Amino acid sequence: MNTNALYWRANLRLMAFCLLVWFIVSFLFGILLVEPLNAFRLGGYPLGFWFAQQGSIYSFVILIFFYSWRMNKLDRKYNVHEE
Amino acid sequence: MDLKTLTYLVVFSTFALYFGIAWWARASTTSDFYVASKGVHPVLNGMATGADWMSAASFLSMAGLIAFMGYGGSVFLMGWTGGYVLLAMLLAPYLRKYGKFTVPEFIGDRFYSRTARLVAVACLIIASLTYVIGQMKGVGVAFSRFLEVKFEYGLGIGMFVVWVYAVLGGMKGITYTQIAQYCVLIFAYTVPAIFISFYLTGNPVPQLGLGSKMADGSHIYLLDKLDRIVTDLGFREYTTAVLDSKLNMFAYTLSLMIGTAGLPHVIMRFFTVPSVKAARSSAGWALVFIALLYTVAPAVAVMARLNLIHTVQPEAGQHMVYEQRPDWVKKWETTGLLKFEDKNGDGKIQYSADESRNELVKIDPDIMVLANPEMAKLPYWVIALVAAGGLAAALSTAAGLLLAISSSISHDLMKGVLTPTISERRELLASRIVMTLAILVAGYLGLDPPGFAAGTVALAFGLAAASIFPALMMGIFSKRITAKAAIAGMLAGIGVTLLYVFQHHGIMFIKGTEFLGNMDKNWFLGIDPKAFGVVGALVNFSVAFLVTRLSSEQPPERIQHLVEDIRIPSGARSALHH
Repeated sequence: MNTNALYWRANLRLMAFCLLVWFIVSFLFGILLVEPLNAFRLGGYPLGFWFAQQGSIYSFVILIFFYSWRMNKLDRKYNVHEE
Repeated sequence: MDLKTLTYLVVFSTFALYFGIAWWARASTTSDFYVASKGVHPVLNGMATGADWMSAASFLSMAGLIAFMGYGGSVFLMGWTGGYVLLAMLLAPYLRKYGKFTVPEFIGDRFYSRTARLVAVACLIIASLTYVIGQMKGVGVAFSRFLEVKFEYGLGIGMFVVWVYAVLGGMKGITYTQIAQYCVLIFAYTVPAIFISFYLTGNPVPQLGLGSKMADGSHIYLLDKLDRIVTDLGFREYTTAVLDSKLNMFAYTLSLMIGTAGLPHVIMRFFTVPSVKAARSSAGWALVFIALLYTVAPAVAVMARLNLIHTVQPEAGQHMVYEQRPDWVKKWETTGLLKFEDKNGDGKIQYSADESRNELVKIDPDIMVLANPEMAKLPYWVIALVAAGGLAAALSTAAGLLLAISSSISHDLMKGVLTPTISERRELLASRIVMTLAILVAGYLGLDPPGFAAGTVALAFGLAAASIFPALMMGIFSKRITAKAAIAGMLAGIGVTLLYVFQHHGIMFIKGTEFLGNMDKNWFLGIDPKAFGVVGALVNFSVAFLVTRLSSEQPPERIQHLVEDIRIPSGARSALHH
């Protein structure tokens, strides 16, 4: 398999990981598991409510920068980076 | 200085700023006009994307909606931010690598089909036009309430302002005005929130204030207090009130996310950065700037709801005497958006979830953000700032949408299909004329919205989710999807979405044309028509895969190379000269 294909495969793996986190913080913690999580508290916030209205958004921001940072490393590793 | 003069002063100085920027950043080539010559710094593009994305709905309506929906309002918060994760990973870097000017252009090239390009143009125009009508209305409303000019005049002034900087500067002018508009709108949104959060909880950071204890010495948490008050009044508990069902919330959130990622005026912004690397990080910056508003909004929602209840019912058992109502209440009563009715004739106002006893008979969620500074008795300059912020939000989004419309007509329809031999200078002129026409059409529809204008922003998201997002994703992630498959998928996705929306709201939202009339409301698994985009997207994907599988046809060799090429970043800068 050539480098470009290997690079693409590494990208897909990283993407799958990021999408999993994306799903967990919003759909799982913010919607599906919101009641059990609300039993815990973060200051005045019920935890599930916090994920739905605050935590998921912070996680999204971190996720994009994480993806971007790892992709820059992959770009160099597989020598497909821009000049 | 009185409030009106101060508001005029603040609003018109922001307009002067936008004009100044437009003159400085005027466009001289088509590349300037469509993609700001691909020279925008990723952080600045992130800021411009924030303004492009956050519309009158985000600025004026969202916190008010959440204030009355409670936990259920989370669908907007997660849905309108989570889409950027999809955009950053699934679309933006590859579309930037491809390095052309418009979204339909990519769809047409990848699916080697003029028909595919035209279908994409149609989706783009419907989605963007319905969206821009809402912005125009927002401009008219903001003017008429704050500056007390007639709605029509307000709309006219707004149209003129957008026309000057969008037609003069194209993407280049729009980008730099959007950066200024972002600063205005975020300042206007957070300053009142900081004041109110500090006043209620002693913590000036609204995101922390929302999770803090009340500063009134009662030592209970703000959210607990609101939960207790609203349940005492008979409403559902704020922090747990689900929107219809969990499944509906799931579908709603997912639809807004993929709709966001598929909106052409947002995607287009990522064509303006210099590299693939910059496109990825720029999506992150965009979300940082958006999150600044979106994490403050839930705090604004809770605090506005508390302030409202506190005005009507200062303590449990005490009620506002109607004759002694505060000035801001009188002011909003005249707009008809706030209404009281003293049902039991005791001269006092009772607020209750029980319809028969409730005397706060109407409160439009849209006034919560606007009235919040007045409810909290903040100084006049803060109120003037909110007016300028609302206008900045509406104008910046309108400009982005108008550019998406005009570039798809002048570049995709004219240059791409009808008159391919047109020179660059003439194309630039054509796009300016088309944009002028688009402003006139949007203004006309905003002035006299036909039946379909009301619920249409939801349709824009539904269409983007059901047509553009899947088409782009399959174009990048699959080498096998053929022209036929993509076209069939897009048409099926749009068809299913329109069928469901029109069945509930009437054809083109005209009352009385709801067909399939004897079916349950929201018959498909209880999903709200506004949340149906995700089903449309699934239909699109499934149809496209099925058609590809059933036919033995393969995309031509060059298309497979094209897909391989957009997947790797190197060479993006060379695509700059196009």
